[in-house]
Amino acid sequence: MTLNEKVFKFKVEVILKKGVLDPQGETIKQSININNLGNILDVKQGKLFELTALSKNREHAVKEIERICSDLLTNSVIEEFKYYEVSE
Amino acid sequence: MFPEFNVKMIWHKETTLPKIDLVVLPGGFSYGDYLRCGAIAAKSPIMKAVKNFYEIGGFVIGICNGFQILTETKILPGALIPNTNQKFICKDQDLVVENNKTFFTSNFEHNRTISIPIAHHDGQYFLNDPEIEELEQNEGIVLKYRDNPNGSIRDIAGVCSKNKRVIGMMPHPERAVDKDLGSVSGLRMFESLISNF
Repeated sequence: MTLNEKVFKFKVEVILKKGVLDPQGETIKQSININNLGNILDVKQGKLFELTALSKNREHAVKEIERICSDLLTNSVIEEFKYYEVSE
Repeated sequence: MFPEFNVKMIWHKETTLPKIDLVVLPGGFSYGDYLRCGAIAAKSPIMKAVKNFYEIGGFVIGICNGFQILTETKILPGALIPNTNQKFICKDQDLVVENNKTFFTSNFEHNRTISIPIAHHDGQYFLNDPEIEELEQNEGIVLKYRDNPNGSIRDIAGVCSKNKRVIGMMPHPERAVDKDLGSVSGLRMFESLISNF
């Protein structure tokens, strides 16, 4: 780490696109309803990533996070993502 | 089986391919299938060379995890997601030859039913609506399942690239190369390719 680099933390949420079958979500929904935990119409299961970036500024860090999301963390055929910065 | 051909194993960390006629991306569970099946392997150094090989018209076959890697690299369209029943399925599988105008299927008659084993957990082929029409129109659907075992859209078991030189399929042709194994349909695929060399 150099003097002009800072740490930025992000959370990335990945979820299946509408129209992509989610058998795990469906099974979880059935379990909720069978066990009378609630009246749930739909469950989608996704992924949560926490990324800690070391970068010269926020703009640069955001650019890197976007690239990581679209190049590796998600497959645009089946998934979509959103990210947000979090404090320590 | 084909004594006139030599096989070279190429490590994933390599960055170039030697002079070869065909790249085979075999099955398995590369990098534990972390993130998504084939996603991390698609970023292996060697995959850049495989992509170049495809772009200059090289022959490539991706089997099972190899098919998943080819979709993750976008060499082939679509994605493979978990089977609808959430189970690993391992069995002999009847397939229909949808397109016999590829280098890998030219020795079959159109619509012929063949038997090739499957062994996968993430074999459900998925592609969105406008793209799936395009794939069908471009004759990109090569093999279809009879009695769809995994929920694949339009019963798709194997697809090919626009230039018909790259094929990806979830069934394992290399496991159907001897009568004692129950089928020689896989052998016919490799013979098709060789007859096109």
